[in-house]
Amino acid sequence: MTAAVHREESFIGKWIFSRDHKVIGLQYMFTSLVFLLIGFSLILLIRWQLAYPGRPIPFIGDLLPDSLAPGGIMMPDFYNSLGAMHGTIMIFLGIVPLGVGAFGNYFLPLQIGAKDMAFPTLNMSSYWVYFVGGVLMLSSFVLPGGAARAGWTSYVPLSVISSGQTTWLLAMTFLITSSLLGAINFIVTTLNLRAPGLTWSRLPLFAWAQFVTGLILLFAFPVLQAGAVLQLLDRVAQTSFYMPQGLIISGELSQRGGGGNALLWQHLFWFLAHPEVYVLLLPPMGIVAEILANGTRKPIFGYKEVAGSFCFIAVLSFMVWAHHMFVSGLKTSLSYLFMTTTMTISIPSIAILTCFLLSLKDASIRFTVPMLFSLAFLPMFGIGGLTGLPLGFTPTDVYLHDTYYVIGHFHYVVVTGTLIALFGGIYYWFPKMFGRSMNMFWGKVHFWGTIVLMNLIFFPMFIQGLAGVQRRLYDPTVQLHNLTVQPTNVLMSYASWGLLLFQVPFIVNFFWSIFKGARSEENPWQATTLEWACPSPPLPHVNFEKVPTVHRGPYEYSVPGREADFWPQNEEN
Amino acid sequence: MNDTRVLDTSTGIPNGKLGMWVFLASEVMLFGGFISSYVILRTGSPYFSIPPREMLGVPLATLNTFVLITSSVTMVLALDAVQKGSVKGLVRYLSATLFLAFCFLGIKAYEYHHKWLEGITLTSGLFGSFYYTLTALHALHVIGGIVFISYLLAMALKGRYDSREHARVEYAGLYWHFVDLVWVVLFPIFYLL
Repeated sequence: MTAAVHREESFIGKWIFSRDHKVIGLQYMFTSLVFLLIGFSLILLIRWQLAYPGRPIPFIGDLLPDSLAPGGIMMPDFYNSLGAMHGTIMIFLGIVPLGVGAFGNYFLPLQIGAKDMAFPTLNMSSYWVYFVGGVLMLSSFVLPGGAARAGWTSYVPLSVISSGQTTWLLAMTFLITSSLLGAINFIVTTLNLRAPGLTWSRLPLFAWAQFVTGLILLFAFPVLQAGAVLQLLDRVAQTSFYMPQGLIISGELSQRGGGGNALLWQHLFWFLAHPEVYVLLLPPMGIVAEILANGTRKPIFGYKEVAGSFCFIAVLSFMVWAHHMFVSGLKTSLSYLFMTTTMTISIPSIAILTCFLLSLKDASIRFTVPMLFSLAFLPMFGIGGLTGLPLGFTPTDVYLHDTYYVIGHFHYVVVTGTLIALFGGIYYWFPKMFGRSMNMFWGKVHFWGTIVLMNLIFFPMFIQGLAGVQRRLYDPTVQLHNLTVQPTNVLMSYASWGLLLFQVPFIVNFFWSIFKGARSEENPWQATTLEWACPSPPLPHVNFEKVPTVHRGPYEYSVPGREADFWPQNEEN
Repeated sequence: MNDTRVLDTSTGIPNGKLGMWVFLASEVMLFGGFISSYVILRTGSPYFSIPPREMLGVPLATLNTFVLITSSVTMVLALDAVQKGSVKGLVRYLSATLFLAFCFLGIKAYEYHHKWLEGITLTSGLFGSFYYTLTALHALHVIGGIVFISYLLAMALKGRYDSREHARVEYAGLYWHFVDLVWVVLFPIFYLL
């Protein structure tokens, strides 16, 4: 009844308050890319302080107010704010909105042959709630009290007594609400709006990943919301949910009632934040699966095993959180339990990686730009995952936990893993989104510069961590044992500034190609899944000229006896 | 319209109904987070003191529990009425549900006032902190339900619902029963145990 009505839409209705999943996906993409750049810039300031502690920041130092950096020299409080906001922005405002909000919104309905999401209005509100939350989070730098400085993990009691945290908690409430609305939409859409013939065993792995991610978001985020409300009450209403008895702050006994437990926050936070790691990881894995099948011209090795591993990871991700708390004085018996579950969850992750690697066997690989990014994902994510194993065992974790080793591990997973795959996704789906393709030469420049420099930044972190350099340290030179590895800090900083430089080809290429890129046909990569069966860009609000019917699995490449080496899901024969 | 939409979905369940169930699943986790925090501190913190039962006003809370359960019954009767095509019955039972919901909030407000005067406040101890946080969160959900049901009532008076078109009454019912269920958990853990 409603679908048949076609109205000319105003600019605002079409591009600002749109209910079309494709426009919302693009809004998410542009916003999250801007946040990624902002979050990245914050850490570049920190890199100066780590390489040349106590020296005035060149160029930018003069622009900063005296309260943050008098004479261009970064104050410790400002350093802490930058660290906390880097983590928060990158995770909650950058990577997740790009992997889930942008790619999920745009391509999940296309891949399942739907006209739109199940709840278009909810979808629109999800974006705008995210936007408001993001702006609020960012504006905390100029609000009274400044930006949050208790780390992205916001451990109590520090977060309860340090300024700026109230804004952080309110902004997080917006972001949690946004992802809740998104998760409901993704789950119902996948369950309910699949095209005729698209059974679960024919669902592309990207769609599987988005569905499972939706479930993780749905169950994990409300618990953080509960924790955040309690923290907010501790701050503004002087309750003591997290504040222990007899707490001494700045040499004075706290006047609160007390009796609370600081570790309760860590439990609630990590109950969200460990599943969140898989929210960061599953969508990129889905993207890599799509690109690998397409670039190798072969079915993904072990399709069912990969999809099953996604589900297994989702369930297990709720049972491993306390491995972040081995140094908090956790009971030994509990440590054993969480060590076991942590080792167990590495099995499906390794199964997925193995399936991807075996997909390359005997393939005639097309080394396109998206394929380069996907191929790089495999060893990089491998390093990230394997370096995590020593952190899952208490004997090694106690030594490594508060060192740069953890930072290195985490960034290998999320930056050289997730972000690299997301870049690949942008190059891969760009023709579908804009009807034009990106320049491949500059894509290769972007790829090689990025991958080399990222490794130069993150690999030395392992060396530093093993040498005992603590994370969160404002001035690394104050501890003598750090001096031996201080030169690596200089190398990492130059690499990080170079990394910024190598994003310029990407940014220019991206915007230039939107308007001037080579025109692209409907299916430029000769792919099989449904998003390539509609026009580029897909028709507003309806996507497909005619609802597609699915006849086979998602990765029917190089089927023996067929002339073309790809067999689209919607083709009858 | 409703019928074709049902046939359109892969599961055969309308989007709205499935969406409501998924939403309620996340609500379980939200209340679950709060309630487990309460349980952990109540059993684990040596400074957790429980006020004597006389201060809690168990009879009044029992009455309130009864009021809320009755409102769930009237909600079911409202759905039953509209399914049988009786708009008059729908209006009658929705109004009854609203009335009971306001009764619940009124009794709750009286309880808050009384407890506060007796010295159980938000900062008087962990019990008070949890009591007010959780019951207020529940009351917010009751208010959300009141808004939803008032909207249904307004639409029912305009004649929008009949024996074929009544999906929203069902969704509101699902939500309302959930809110009821949460109270059935909160009542024993704050008043009886």
